[in-house]
Amino acid sequence: MKILVCMKQVPQKDAPLKLNESGTWIREDVSYEVNEPDAYALEEALRQKEKHGGEVVVITSGPARSQQVLREALAKGADRAIHLEDNAFVGLDALNTARAFAAAIKEEQFDVIFTGLQSDDYGYAQTGVVLAELLGWPHATIIMQIEKNEAGIRVKRELEAGFFQFVDMPLPAVLTIQSGINKLRYATLIGIKQAKNKPLRKVAMADVQSALSANLQKIERLYVPQKTKKTQFLEGPAGEVAKKLVDKLRNEVRVL
Amino acid sequence: MADTIIVVVEQREGKLNRVSWETLAAGQALAGDTGWTLEAAVVGSGVAGFAGEIAAKKVAKVYAIESSMLEPYTPDAFSAALKQFIETKQPKLVLMPHTYQVRDFVPKLATAMGRTAISDCIGYKKDGTKLVFTRQMFQGKLAADVSFACDAPWFVTFQNGAFRGDKVEAGASAAPVETVNVNIADGVVRNKPQEVFKEAKQAVDLTQAEIIVSIGRGIKEQKNIELAKQLAEALGGELAASRPICDSGWLPMDRQIGSSGQTVAPKLYLALGISGAIQHIVGMKGSRTIVAVNKDSEAPIFEIADYAVVGNLFDIVPPLIEEVRKAKAGG
Repeated sequence: MKILVCMKQVPQKDAPLKLNESGTWIREDVSYEVNEPDAYALEEALRQKEKHGGEVVVITSGPARSQQVLREALAKGADRAIHLEDNAFVGLDALNTARAFAAAIKEEQFDVIFTGLQSDDYGYAQTGVVLAELLGWPHATIIMQIEKNEAGIRVKRELEAGFFQFVDMPLPAVLTIQSGINKLRYATLIGIKQAKNKPLRKVAMADVQSALSANLQKIERLYVPQKTKKTQFLEGPAGEVAKKLVDKLRNEVRVL
Repeated sequence: MADTIIVVVEQREGKLNRVSWETLAAGQALAGDTGWTLEAAVVGSGVAGFAGEIAAKKVAKVYAIESSMLEPYTPDAFSAALKQFIETKQPKLVLMPHTYQVRDFVPKLATAMGRTAISDCIGYKKDGTKLVFTRQMFQGKLAADVSFACDAPWFVTFQNGAFRGDKVEAGASAAPVETVNVNIADGVVRNKPQEVFKEAKQAVDLTQAEIIVSIGRGIKEQKNIELAKQLAEALGGELAASRPICDSGWLPMDRQIGSSGQTVAPKLYLALGISGAIQHIVGMKGSRTIVAVNKDSEAPIFEIADYAVVGNLFDIVPPLIEEVRKAKAGG
């Protein structure tokens, strides 16, 4: 199977975020990491390739820093990478991001495309499904298992409240992958070394611009959410905090 | 034609999904603020009964969008059916609950219509004539007001718990119900879904627990879970976890709280080392009292906590177990 994995670089989970001057996005000077569900999507692609042969290609969009995600993926075993490199890609909505990806891969023929089920920054949970529609392919979301069969694939979808469902579907298709579908591997030293010689194709904004439009939705303002609850902060040395909390649990919450 | 808002409710296994009422409440609030007409639609095969249920509420009209191809659910059929319906009606706004099913087809539907969806919103604001929808970003650390920069119809999905389902207003009289038969051609539906199933019988029903001690990434290692377990035992509560803990296999899946696990509302929810990603919060924000212990003072869990301890859980929990035991022994 020839598999494309769409990946994204997002701010680290516990990184303190600062707003930019116009209050429409965060300042760039934070630490970044790979979007967690995308790491699982990559791992699943590598496992499918180990089972069925083929090729794993990784793609991302964003400024130079986001190349790190591709380098890590190549070190783990991806065969080659595509980098849509421009800071302007960061501000695209889900539709335009998917359009840019579709334009960047139009000369390629993939059997299946994996994305993480959503990103930790925007959290749209849309880009994969939009990409499927643009390509005219079927899709399935929140996938926990993939088996190839003669007609195509059988996938296990996670539904709400502990329910699941198997879905049979033809290829090519787009699947959005849930965290926890597999156990992530680490890159090996040899892998890291080999990654340096693997092909990385750069795509400029100008190469895909004609496929894009102005964003269909706009972030008017980004801000620290207002608290709706009055929180009591308990402070002091650990022993004292424990005493205070037990006092609250007994006299205010009344569960002790 | 007057501007309309259409709420597409969700039915599953013979019942209207509870969040459907929340979305209807959102629709009623928006209709009140904009003066637009509120209508509702239910999609499926043999859904007239659901339409009748909604028609008792304060809505101008209810549509039952019918086709035998709509059962079982597939994104292809739902997208095709709603596209036909929405193209005829040309509503200003289409509202849906942000369920796993909706997020499976809404991006496809919006794209097929050359439009966009603002997904997983927690509210809206009307500033003059401008409508913005509020959604969480960066796992709830920040919020954004997002507007549409394209022509209607505008698609919006609302997060579970964003509006009060019990606040839906009843109608003065039953609204008219219109059946809309949609035509879904052969070959449109490509996926073949099998029966929905539950993985294994759940050993523990956390929804019945009055006290829950829940752990997240902050617990660091599997062996540290023992500490949380001791606290749960001292309090007489159940042990639960956020998704990453169950993904790692440190606790069984039936102890997972959140959108993909159980939704709970205990008297006391004690969150240890849980940052409070949206997917977790939707599963526990209805708890009567929330206590959060986290070393990151900016963790979103503190937004909804009643009592907060900024610090290392490994410092706090041991003396806390002692104090709880003392309190229990002392009566």
